[in-house]
Amino acid sequence: MKSTMGIILTGGKNNRLKELAETRSSTAVPVAGKYRMIDFALSNMVNSGITNVGVLTQYSFRSLMDHLGSGKEWDLDRRNDGLFIFPPSLTGENSGWYQGSADAMFHNITFLKRSFEEYVVIAMGNCVYNMRFDGMLDYHLQKNADITIAYRDMSDFPPEELVYMGSLNVDEDGRIIDFQEKHNDPKYVTCSMGIYLLRRELLIELLDECASHGKYDFVKDILIKKLETLKIYGYKFNGYWRNISTINAYYRLNMEMLKPEVRKELFEGEGKIYTKVKDEAPAKYNEEAEVTNSIVGDGCIIEGKVENSVLFRGVTIKKGVHVKNCIIMQGTVLNEDVKIEHTILDKGVVLSRGIHLKGTEKFPIIVAKNVTV
Amino acid sequence: MQKKEIIALLLAGGQGSRLGILTKNIAKPAVSYGGKYRIIDFSLSNCINSDIDTVGVLTQYQPLELNAHIGIGKPWDMDRIDGGVTILSPYLKSEMGEWYKGTANAVFQNIHYVDKHSPKYVVILSGDHIYKMDYSKMLDFHKANNADATISVINVPIEDASRYGIMNTYENGRIYEFEEKPAHPKSTLASMGVYIFTWEVLKDYLIRDDQNPQSDHDFGKNIIPMMLNEGRSMWAYRFNGYWRDVGTIQAYWESNMDLIARVPELNLFDPAWKIFTPNPVKPAHYIGPEGSIKRAIVSEGCMIYGKVKNSVIFPGVYISEGAVIEDSIIMSDSYVGRDTYISHSILGENVKVGNRVKMGLGENIPNELKPSIYCSGITVVGDKACIPDDCVIGKNVVIDVGITEDEFYSLNIESGKSVLKGGEGE
Repeated sequence: MKSTMGIILTGGKNNRLKELAETRSSTAVPVAGKYRMIDFALSNMVNSGITNVGVLTQYSFRSLMDHLGSGKEWDLDRRNDGLFIFPPSLTGENSGWYQGSADAMFHNITFLKRSFEEYVVIAMGNCVYNMRFDGMLDYHLQKNADITIAYRDMSDFPPEELVYMGSLNVDEDGRIIDFQEKHNDPKYVTCSMGIYLLRRELLIELLDECASHGKYDFVKDILIKKLETLKIYGYKFNGYWRNISTINAYYRLNMEMLKPEVRKELFEGEGKIYTKVKDEAPAKYNEEAEVTNSIVGDGCIIEGKVENSVLFRGVTIKKGVHVKNCIIMQGTVLNEDVKIEHTILDKGVVLSRGIHLKGTEKFPIIVAKNVTV
Repeated sequence: MQKKEIIALLLAGGQGSRLGILTKNIAKPAVSYGGKYRIIDFSLSNCINSDIDTVGVLTQYQPLELNAHIGIGKPWDMDRIDGGVTILSPYLKSEMGEWYKGTANAVFQNIHYVDKHSPKYVVILSGDHIYKMDYSKMLDFHKANNADATISVINVPIEDASRYGIMNTYENGRIYEFEEKPAHPKSTLASMGVYIFTWEVLKDYLIRDDQNPQSDHDFGKNIIPMMLNEGRSMWAYRFNGYWRDVGTIQAYWESNMDLIARVPELNLFDPAWKIFTPNPVKPAHYIGPEGSIKRAIVSEGCMIYGKVKNSVIFPGVYISEGAVIEDSIIMSDSYVGRDTYISHSILGENVKVGNRVKMGLGENIPNELKPSIYCSGITVVGDKACIPDDCVIGKNVVIDVGITEDEFYSLNIESGKSVLKGGEGE
């Protein structure tokens, strides 16, 4: 896929993720024991042979920039092409803040203009999946499409979460005939995965046109408006795919990592998922450790009981601790006799001796970054 | 080329023949250690943590794995514009090519590499030891004494002293005598194989040593005694801390097991002195509903459905339901079948153990073919070996690298037996 470049959109502010996305973009939210959300889209691009990737970022991007660095971990620290990060910038023409996905791309249209690749894959950076985009390009060419959108049957999602997605319908040939963005009462359970493929020149044209009409949104102001005039096709993906539109979705996604078939598809599937490495020592279990059905990252030290949970790197679980159905992020410390259930602990949390916290599956308790309880 | 104050030369050419089949296809410094590392990672990480960013790695025996592991030095932050890591293998010269004849000869043949960086000092290391040491403090000591050579020493028990090179020193630390493996040791200060030399002085001795046809071209046997005889300023630098030569199966096994103590003497969790290695691209490890891990270290990408106790598990290992692993070391990407029991064993990389296998049981009879290597009750399985279902394997057994199920002469391999390529074990 040398003929294709990539753009990763990091999206608007997601208040539904509460404390987790307060200080970081939703693409930088930690997931599955060692990753950040953006690792999946970025690794998929790299695995598809894309070596020229722009990340358009807006809200709380410091933690995202820190994570991506020079792109070394994704082999994108290249002399030619590589990884480019585009936060909003104030210039004579730019007002600074991006007002929507199309606006974000339009602000960085020089990146598109000075690239040489024929095609562009645009993908949201806050979804978990393992997919090769080469197949999508083959389909795009075969259908002689102007734009191809990846979609999926989302009947494995709770219906109330479909309102945060773009629901769409295709005809027998695969052409998209109806598209509703974030509709309160979506007509279809087939929804867009937020992955678009089109010719680079066409994208530049569409962005120019959109901006000249004073519009900002790639889906509402470009895709939906052009359904009739352009050949927009749907490319059906049947694999595992999750987003984190709500805290519940985030919680569920992490718990699904405990299923062997999900892990197999994500991490032993089409390509490897890369992330920033931390050079931690392997996890250490002491005599008292009792861990079942859990994921444990490197650098953890465990002396307590852990069930059905996801432990990120460098978590310390002391004696007498009981953790059940929890997500515990990097560097968090649980002191003696802490008992927690259905709780999400962000990075660097310290729970003092004997603390008890109990949420429910629908309403997990969240403890924000670096808080000491 | 920017001038460096000090550069390191890492001698990584040794075979480590007492590690048996663990070093059949790789050099000793490339042997896996501690759940994710290789032995050489400790010396390399010590270098970068001591602010030494120019390291020549001298390889000779089976260098492929080592070269692949080191690459351009990225994990150690040694992919530098100036300096960094350089692999120095023996090469052909205009008159004749030759292998490294000894440790000193290996350095002699690379004088031009050192001169290119024109350092004031060189530190000579061996890639065989497990320890964390700040060479910059040793260099300060070397400078303060205005020394020609400084040799790092560690206190060993007097009963073990005759296994080491022993330094006899004055009270202030100046060395007056060096004895290689003395029958009656006069001191307990053993050389750790870490030397700092003032380069101009060493270069002179290397050149003179090379002209001596009687010499073994070895630092311990030739260079150090020659310098002492000529009254050079040579000092012993005392190191206190964890240091192990993991040169035998028993020492290797014990040193790995040291890491599972509640508070290990060698702390791998110190953020200020990390040990670096190429990180596997694998997800965090998973423990199944019936799994159990106690007193063990487990790395990324593992799937543990069985029980693991007192063991060191490397990345990507799969332990099936009902399997029990005790007092063992299992290297990367190996697979253990259902209801298999493994005790006191070392499994290489990509080993496949079938279902209902029993390994490491029975009498402690030394290996019949190589009793001096396999004698401590530990059974060793080489890389890529396949062990058939229902096989019963005793103690001190050797299963050769790449053995297939068909190559087993019996499903009952008694203690002290070997299963070797070509059926030599029968």
